[in-house]
Amino acid sequence: MRKYKFLILRRIIQLSILFLFVAGNYFGWELLRGNYSSAIIVDSLHLSDPYAILQILASGFLASSSVLIGALIILLIYVLVGGRMFCSWICPMNIITDLAFRLRRMFKIETEVRISLPRNFRYYILALSLIVSAVFGLAAFEIISPISMLHRAIVFGSGAGWAIVAVVFLIDLFILKAGWCGHICPLGGFYSLVGKQAVIKVKHDKDNCTNCMACFDVCIEEPVLSIVGKESDFIRSGACTNCARCIEVCDDNALKYALKFDLKK
Amino acid sequence: MKLARRDFLKSSAAIAAATAVGVAIPETLKAEAREAEKGWSWDKAVCRFCGTGCGIMIATKDDKILAVKGDPLAPVNRGLNCIKGYFNAKIMYGADRLKKPLLRMNENGEFDKNGKFKTISWERAFDEMEKHMKSAMKELGPTGIGIFSSGQYTIMEGYAASKLMKAGFRSHNIDPNARHCMASAVVAFIQAFGIDEPAGNYDDMEITDTVVTWGANMAEMHPILWSRITENKLSHPKRTKIVNLSTYTNRTSDLADIEIIFKPNTDLAIWNYIAHEIVYNQPQAIDWDFVKKYTVFATGFTDIGYGMRTPDHPKFSDKERETVRHEVAKKLSADEGKSLAYLGYKEGDTMEMNHRNKAMNHWIIQYEEFKKALKPYTLDYVANVSKGDSEESIEDFKKKLKALADLYIEKGRKVCSYWTMGFNQHTRGSWVNEQAYMVHLLLGKQSKPGDGAFSLTGQPSACGTAREVGTFSHRLPSDMLVKVPKHREISEKLWKIPKGTINPKPGSHLMKIHRDIEDGKIKFAWINVCNPYQNTANANHWIKAARQMDNFIVCSDGYPGISAKVSDLILPSAMIYEKWGAYGNAERRTQHWKQQVTPVGDAMPDVWQFVELAKRFKLSEVWGAQKVPGLKDGLPDVLEGAKAMGYSPDDTLYDVLFANEDAKKYAWPDPIAEGKMNTESGGDKRKVVGSDGKPFEGYGFFMHKYIWEEYRKFGIGNGHDLADFDTYHKCRGLKWPVVDGKETLWRFNSEYDVYAKKANVGPFAFYGKALKKMPQGSISKPDMSKPKVDLKNKAKIFFRPYMEAPEIPNKEYPYWMCTGRVLEHWHSGTMTMRVPELYRAVPEALCYIHPKDASEQGLVEGDLVWVESRRGRVKAHIETRGRNRVPRGLIYVPWFDEKVFINKLCLDATCPMSKETDFKKCAVKITKA
Amino acid sequence: MKSMATRRKVIQRMMEGAVFMGTGGLIWGKAIQTTTKADYVLRPPGALKEKNFLKACIKCGQCVEACPYDTLKLAEPGDGIANGTPYFEPRSIPCYLCTDMPCTDSCPSGALDLKLLTKEEKPADINNAKMGLAVIHKESCLAYWGIRCEACYRACPLIDKAITLDYEVNKRTGMHAKLLPIVHSDVCTGCGVCEQSCIAEKAAIFVLPLDKSTGEVGDHYIKGWEKKDENRINDDVKKVDDEKDVESAIDYLNDNDLIDD
Repeated sequence: MRKYKFLILRRIIQLSILFLFVAGNYFGWELLRGNYSSAIIVDSLHLSDPYAILQILASGFLASSSVLIGALIILLIYVLVGGRMFCSWICPMNIITDLAFRLRRMFKIETEVRISLPRNFRYYILALSLIVSAVFGLAAFEIISPISMLHRAIVFGSGAGWAIVAVVFLIDLFILKAGWCGHICPLGGFYSLVGKQAVIKVKHDKDNCTNCMACFDVCIEEPVLSIVGKESDFIRSGACTNCARCIEVCDDNALKYALKFDLKK
Repeated sequence: MKLARRDFLKSSAAIAAATAVGVAIPETLKAEAREAEKGWSWDKAVCRFCGTGCGIMIATKDDKILAVKGDPLAPVNRGLNCIKGYFNAKIMYGADRLKKPLLRMNENGEFDKNGKFKTISWERAFDEMEKHMKSAMKELGPTGIGIFSSGQYTIMEGYAASKLMKAGFRSHNIDPNARHCMASAVVAFIQAFGIDEPAGNYDDMEITDTVVTWGANMAEMHPILWSRITENKLSHPKRTKIVNLSTYTNRTSDLADIEIIFKPNTDLAIWNYIAHEIVYNQPQAIDWDFVKKYTVFATGFTDIGYGMRTPDHPKFSDKERETVRHEVAKKLSADEGKSLAYLGYKEGDTMEMNHRNKAMNHWIIQYEEFKKALKPYTLDYVANVSKGDSEESIEDFKKKLKALADLYIEKGRKVCSYWTMGFNQHTRGSWVNEQAYMVHLLLGKQSKPGDGAFSLTGQPSACGTAREVGTFSHRLPSDMLVKVPKHREISEKLWKIPKGTINPKPGSHLMKIHRDIEDGKIKFAWINVCNPYQNTANANHWIKAARQMDNFIVCSDGYPGISAKVSDLILPSAMIYEKWGAYGNAERRTQHWKQQVTPVGDAMPDVWQFVELAKRFKLSEVWGAQKVPGLKDGLPDVLEGAKAMGYSPDDTLYDVLFANEDAKKYAWPDPIAEGKMNTESGGDKRKVVGSDGKPFEGYGFFMHKYIWEEYRKFGIGNGHDLADFDTYHKCRGLKWPVVDGKETLWRFNSEYDVYAKKANVGPFAFYGKALKKMPQGSISKPDMSKPKVDLKNKAKIFFRPYMEAPEIPNKEYPYWMCTGRVLEHWHSGTMTMRVPELYRAVPEALCYIHPKDASEQGLVEGDLVWVESRRGRVKAHIETRGRNRVPRGLIYVPWFDEKVFINKLCLDATCPMSKETDFKKCAVKITKA
Repeated sequence: MKSMATRRKVIQRMMEGAVFMGTGGLIWGKAIQTTTKADYVLRPPGALKEKNFLKACIKCGQCVEACPYDTLKLAEPGDGIANGTPYFEPRSIPCYLCTDMPCTDSCPSGALDLKLLTKEEKPADINNAKMGLAVIHKESCLAYWGIRCEACYRACPLIDKAITLDYEVNKRTGMHAKLLPIVHSDVCTGCGVCEQSCIAEKAAIFVLPLDKSTGEVGDHYIKGWEKKDENRINDDVKKVDDEKDVESAIDYLNDNDLIDD
């Protein structure tokens, strides 16, 4: 059980948030309403996705102060504290892509067609989304975001939402390992960029490491583990989602959560 | 709250989907039509819905109705229709049409009052009816059975039902829903003119200079007639004036020059104000030549109660008793203290209701007494009594009342007063009808083209069937009355039944049939072409009685409604164009149509149902001596008389009443039918198994023609003349009396009415024969020592005082509640709610409330509320905008929607004279749901 | 050599990047265009003009959740409406004009703005909504045939203001009037209750967005009988290009085309 404690905790948080959204729509609960782009807590505090707001701004509209402030709050939380934690602790797509990732490993699915997509592809998408937003005058990623669509599929019963989610799942399962979260999602890219200096990090202790490579097996962002077995340090890459799978699977106590206060590199 | 709103809508949407009908079928029919246009056949018919009587043409093909068009030759509507008429083609093809007889049964297939409905054969259905009728009659006599009849019966159905009940079973417990609709108008017609139904006709709407609507939202309820009035106003914008009197703003006010919003029940005071203005301030306006020659003055008792049961009735709740106690005694208000001062009453006195059983009594008075009684009705008094909108200034209101009176009085100005349910459904409904004639007769503005008081009817054949055929508990055909020996004798002769067969004691009126069922006095009831369990006030009582007591309720209907749901046996009825029929509209126009298509499923015409049931009763079972409660010697044994007429005791009522020698003279087929089918006469392709267990192949004679020709014998020569059967199939209806093939436009007017001319008393003759030998008396009571006066050819000008309704708002129940219809739906909505387009247009009944009343209670538009009276409560969504604008302190909730079952709240008080329920006022409270 | 290779690699990368950005952008843009291809769409009350609304809407669905009548829906791919944005179809469920305006009130981004429901400093009022304008197709409107329908008129929440009746003698019968519903664009909120209530098989009265249902008059002519109409005058005086005008006159005069060959 110890091996899954963070995973279970993450799922509880992800599902609770989803449940609150559902309850907001169907039972009129006011604890949490809206979606992952913009939500309101207890009918008073607005929280917004800074990347969505960035697109709106790029499209040429000065969003209302409530969402701007909401976005700023979220931005600060991730920049200063959580890093890319949204992706593994909040985002519902993570549940889908993790499943694809696990199945792929379980059934040893190796893709015949090798597609090599650089991990920084998402940064191109990110840049492109802002350009398209500006040119076409609407938030470009929000229109096609599988995250929003999954939310709508669950909260409003949108059929098309499920279809898009299924496509992402199949890509992850059969075409590209960790395709969505690890390569394509510009929101993940956004948080990778802004969350680099956050305080919560995974810390590696080389002395305890037995080079068993178990952590590599479970990580959807393998490259961030490049220091494992080589030096003791924080996992400094912004791409690390702080999912803590590596911590859980490490039998040697070589990985753990830690707080980082230096601004090195 | 928000979610409650949403849930409600969701569920009603689901019901909409479940009951959505019609669309699919006419669509495929249309497709068929496009393929082979030539197979159509068009034939004339009449709209199924209101009392206007619009003519339509029906196209059929392959035994289905394809389409409907307004009949361009129909004099009433000239090819136009309202949206109900527009959907006549769809009303018979709802997905949940009743197609087989259904009986509540237990596991063993036996009748069980608490069982579930299961399909049975017609033969079994008649077995059950026979069994339960015979047991009820054995225990209680002929009055142990009852029929809820209808103003939507075809004339032939009404006649067959009435004949079976009155001549066959010797019971008068047959009373139509028309009781709820125009009984008050009938009482006033009979008391004032001695004969039923309006003098004028729809042509008045073009001719008149002034249209005054009293409690008649014609814009919605008589849509085609309203378009005729609109045309008049449009063509003569300066000359034509329109006044709308109502207790709330409705669509009729749109066109009105003057809108008068009055407090419920104060129409009584307003009429007397007009009369006061005539008599005291502008006496030169009285047409004395007319008044002296053709009228007398009359009045009646005032302490007549309110048509409720007395408070000692065990089934009343304490809350109900708060109102019901007024039935025996009422403390008079300040307003009543003034209006009843002429009888020696003053404010605070208690009026004992001593003349509850003599409500109909009236006597002749002198003009001076009449004038004296009108004295209190000054403009100041009446304005204060009657102003209905608290936000209107009294001065403005007075100006309007004065302007109204001036329009009536203006010399040379033609005036028509129109009314419907606002007048008739009134605890003093007969009075207020009589008051209308009072003003028109005083001014000599009656029975002339463009001048007259005209009672509009709600139902398509309230006039033609209920009134003219007399499907009432106290009536016989052609205005004859059960209690008049001569009338019974005439009827017995025409029906060829032995003298003494007809029960001399009038039966139970509609409200009393319900009450009798609750009291265990009626144990078998049959519902025909109506929905009494949805349309009767104080519904909780009657539904409980039907479901929880030892009785057997049968419902013949096209669709399952509330009445079917409370019944024990349901019979699938053929609907309007699935049978031959005739309707009579509000202007005395009789219109016939032919059967256009075979009925759906095993549905059979109502006439067939009556006739088949008649096969189950031998003369020996019904014409022997019978006990009747309240009739000392009971009914005599008339079997000897029957034998003398050539009947055997083993003959059935079918043999005697329907398949007799006369009937068989009308051969089927008949040239007039032109190849049209007739299920009763010739059977149809389905060969439904009938009462005798054999496939039904028709009675072999022309049932409808026989019924018609026998029926019209009642009216010939006494002012009710109808043309022969064939004539009506060659024209677009005729207004009776039809003498020498000519219809009558304005009755009592010698220029137009042969009967008036024959009377030879000058330009007018109010020749009606009823109640024409009357006692004389003072304003307060008759003086039997004086000789009775002969009123031949005269009408009566009644004085009737203002009195309050028995239940008025108080602190606990602060709102008046009024119910009524909407244009889009017909009555209880069993047909129109099944037309998806009409359902979508108006899917639910809303509670119209003044925005300030709503906000004072913390309610916003669309909120769900409980509307609650002393008798029951329902949930409804409030509407502060929209078509009806109510004044503060009054709400309006239509009754078409069975999910907003508003009749659970209504008070079953009636006009004590007409027994017509007052649906227009009771006191309610509103709370957030 | 090495730097050359690196530079070439960099240039190649840049080229790749440009191509990716270009084609990707085009495909993305095309996708956006298909998802917004619907001819028209009706937005909730207080919505910004469509172009700005599309920019501002964050697609959070809070307005949809707030709607007590299930009127508002979120667009899905295939609806032809920008995915995730709120809209309504009055024929199925119209806007019932809640007096508390829960949808507008719930919008966090400013795409729905209560300010657009205010007039003359008064508090926001749903009756100021301009979601669209009801338009009547007379040929399929039964009232214009002379049938007594006017279901739309009686259903209208702003009856006698947004829809009124005009009367016209039915010349064919000579004894009836036609009661004709007329929509008043200055009052109509575009709620669509009329469209829903229409008993025709395809509604004869329907709501179109304002830009699809309204015209615009040139500002060079002002109603002489209405002082307020002067507000339409556009103060910018158009500059006349003297040179060009002279040229065009001379060109005309010099064009020797009067004598046939």
